[in-house]
Amino acid sequence: MSDTITITTKKDWTSDQEVRWCPGCGDYGILQAVQMLMPELGIARENTVFVSGIGCSSRFPYYMNTYGMHSIHGRAPAIATGIAVARPDLDVWVVTGDGDGLSIGGNHLIHALRRNVNLTILMFNNRIYGLTKGQYSPTSEVGKVTKSTPMGSIDPPFNPLAVALGAEASFVARTHDLDRKHMMEVFRQAHAHRGASFVEILQNCNVFNDGAFTDITGRESRPEMLIDLKHGEPVRFGKDNQHGVVMGPDGQLRIVEVADVGDDALLIHDAHRADPSLAFALARLSTDDHSPTPFGVFRSVERPDYGSGVAQQLLASSAKKGPSDLKALLRSNGSWQV
Amino acid sequence: MGRLFLVKGGQVPMTDIIEHTESKHSEPKHSESLTRVVIRFAGDSGDGMQLTGDRFTSTSALFGNDLSTLPEYPAEIRAPAGTVHGVSSFQVQISDHDITTPGDAPSVLVVMNPAALKADLSRLEPGGMLIINSDTFTERDLDKAGYTENPLENDSLNGYRTVLVPMTSLTKEATVPLGVKPRDADRSKNFFALGLISWLYSRPTESTFAWIDEKFSNELVRTANKAAFTAGFNFGETTELLDHRYEIEPAHMPSGEYTNITGNTALAWGIVAAGQLAHLPVFLGSYPITPASDILHELAKHKHFGIRTVQAEDEIAAAGLALGAAFAGHLGVTTTSGPGLALKSETISLALSLELPMLIVDIQRGGPSTGLPTKTEAADLNIAMFGRHGESPLPIVAAYSPAQCFDAAIEAVRIALKYRTPVILLSDGYLANGSEPWLLPDPAALPDISVEFATEMNHIDDDGNPEFWPYLRNPETLARPWAIPGTPGLMHRVGGLEKEDGSGNINYTPENHSKMIHLRAAKVAGIANDIPDATIVGDEDADLCIVGWGSTWAAIDAAVQRSRRRGTKVAWVHLTHINPLPKNLGAVLKRFQKVIVPELNLGQMTRIIRSEFLIDAKVVTKVAGLPFTALELEGAIIEALQDPPTAGDPGVVASSVLVSGDSEQQGAAQ
Repeated sequence: MSDTITITTKKDWTSDQEVRWCPGCGDYGILQAVQMLMPELGIARENTVFVSGIGCSSRFPYYMNTYGMHSIHGRAPAIATGIAVARPDLDVWVVTGDGDGLSIGGNHLIHALRRNVNLTILMFNNRIYGLTKGQYSPTSEVGKVTKSTPMGSIDPPFNPLAVALGAEASFVARTHDLDRKHMMEVFRQAHAHRGASFVEILQNCNVFNDGAFTDITGRESRPEMLIDLKHGEPVRFGKDNQHGVVMGPDGQLRIVEVADVGDDALLIHDAHRADPSLAFALARLSTDDHSPTPFGVFRSVERPDYGSGVAQQLLASSAKKGPSDLKALLRSNGSWQV
Repeated sequence: MGRLFLVKGGQVPMTDIIEHTESKHSEPKHSESLTRVVIRFAGDSGDGMQLTGDRFTSTSALFGNDLSTLPEYPAEIRAPAGTVHGVSSFQVQISDHDITTPGDAPSVLVVMNPAALKADLSRLEPGGMLIINSDTFTERDLDKAGYTENPLENDSLNGYRTVLVPMTSLTKEATVPLGVKPRDADRSKNFFALGLISWLYSRPTESTFAWIDEKFSNELVRTANKAAFTAGFNFGETTELLDHRYEIEPAHMPSGEYTNITGNTALAWGIVAAGQLAHLPVFLGSYPITPASDILHELAKHKHFGIRTVQAEDEIAAAGLALGAAFAGHLGVTTTSGPGLALKSETISLALSLELPMLIVDIQRGGPSTGLPTKTEAADLNIAMFGRHGESPLPIVAAYSPAQCFDAAIEAVRIALKYRTPVILLSDGYLANGSEPWLLPDPAALPDISVEFATEMNHIDDDGNPEFWPYLRNPETLARPWAIPGTPGLMHRVGGLEKEDGSGNINYTPENHSKMIHLRAAKVAGIANDIPDATIVGDEDADLCIVGWGSTWAAIDAAVQRSRRRGTKVAWVHLTHINPLPKNLGAVLKRFQKVIVPELNLGQMTRIIRSEFLIDAKVVTKVAGLPFTALELEGAIIEALQDPPTAGDPGVVASSVLVSGDSEQQGAAQ
């Protein structure tokens, strides 16, 4: 293992493999943001591992000049847990999608979050199955007409952030593929967080679900539709910061005009709150892609990470039982001489 | 035969400790010497029969007998008390000579309630001794067991030496005066039975007392158990029902240090040892499943060996954790039983495609589906061999005795590491829970199975620059380099998509796919050059050869020995490497007119041998959740030799052991 970190550039983090997403895919922007961020993180390529499942997003590791594994549909969080727990010295990233992470691999995702494994999980949410050519996904809206739902989907969708928060995730954030600066800042914080970080990235699939997020992430719509969460600051948005979020006496969050309620009535975002209910309420503030939607870091709290816990038990066991001794182990249930 | 003894509880003089008893009886009862005995303890699941059997086994092991055990218990943690499906039993054979099986029919059956009598009487040998806790033969318990008539009061037990002992009331008499509540006293009655059998077979008692002290933290429980044990022991000495006791001398075993070990413990320790011998940290990903969970429990105790154990969210994740750990440079292991192996299939395929080492342990149980979780079977050979999509061969190692699980684990890991491949290690419920004395190996004499990680570039690109090719193979083993994260310069990506040989880049071309399929197959097939040849036990010039694999070893060993003592010529080859098979196996088997394969399935290995070697091998099959008895296989040998020549016979079944619950004797080969 190398101790010294050499200065790297985006090129150093880019593999020699040709990128094979469809032209115009939102994934390009995310890859660009990650490759640009990596040199800034002060980490070594050889100590970095990208693990993915199956799906368009899961081709990601091939394009990073790091260690990487393109694994099995849905299983990336489990495989990455093995890597991260075996080797707490590594930076382990998981790249997944809405189908990979929330459908076939839902169980592994929630357990990686529950255990707080030291992983940075990037979930590309395009609300569609792209690689299998356009079936509805667990985040597709009710009524979605696809090849597998010609009369419209009747499945209520998952809210990825609410799922993550329900699984006790210690870091939960949302960003989108059209704002590289925002992505880089969210990824930076996610990486800095010790434990499981979950980032939902709204990502456009221009072939099978084009424009799904245009109403909120389009350049013109952003000011009135993106609520940029900043820890310790009032939650407000709009061209002139004229809108805000308040918590009603019933505990519900509501969007209001600041002029109507006054600055002091606005909700102050607290990402470090131990209780996840505020983050949960923010995650559920918008239930569609056509109304104001919070972005940024919803929750970031300290919690012991799983790999460190495992390592500590190994040390404690060694301290208590001394060095490993195979000869003694074989006699530990009693023995006799013949 | 058919002598029926009856004792009334109050008539038996009770004494406190054994020494007093012995001093009171100036002439201790005389002893008869036996070469071996098979004892079966049977009772309700709540009666502590496994504990009783385990303890009797340990005492006998420490005394120096050779032994072999067969625990049997229901899948339900507490099946309805007193019913036949709640019966839990423990059979042990102890001897003064080398034995391999827990014995066919027990010569002594201890039954704690009517249900146990009903469930297990058919196993007892004719004329065998039946020791019954008579207190439990009440109308209610008889009814629960499904008896319409009290078997103690009719002639159904004629033909056995029946000893009726009111164990419950005698245990109460011994323990209640010491302050034990009558209800709690009932729980110590298994110690009364243990004491009685310990007397009957002249077992030393010190180690049992020491064990009770260690095992039970509650002082009153310790007191009660010791008092019950003593009462049982003294009962044997004083009762007129038993006129003498038996002795079984220590066995003449090779000198050295021994421990008594179950298959699951041996397998877990084999994994610990393999990690040490490979100089790699062990990483176990596992999900609880009977009968494999004990390996997880055991490995979880040994964290000071640097062993990480993670109880995963499911079987799939357990395999994924092991594979991730292997990618990161650990010895990745996952343990399971049949249903779990089915779930791990996709991850094993990925490991095979990534060409990373990984150990998958399958403790087989009765299937399909949930099947018989606590009973043994060896019917996962097909899924181990063929249970993956695509062309996906992998090495398979099969353990054959409880203690040998240790060596089998090390061998499976050796192959996995050297050839960078997932390896399936097959054990089964019988090996897992059965135990035998084990001559402890010298750790210094165990093989070095260490491998080296890649540290250097291994290829020059078109521009003359050094680069790393993750699929550039060792020409001898065809194994690829294992370059682990943290190694500067060797960053690379692997995945489930077909990759180009050498560079490892994604490659979908027809030529490359064909090449990779053949390379992966050749790599596994080539392991045949690195495993021992098949060797013949018995008569090289026999007409008949038995091919065994897995836990059938014990019964085949006993059956071959007995047949040869009777003058029947028979040869035997036992397979430890299932895939690839020893490279001389075909040639060896073709020397024999007849080949039979005893299997606890319907002929899975038989079909492999037939298709591999075009040999007319026939299966001797048993699928009853139980191991073969030696008698069954002796019968199969006789039948096979009597058979007219098999030319033209399209069937694969030589004989089929059908187990009938009502038969006096477990059926011989039929």
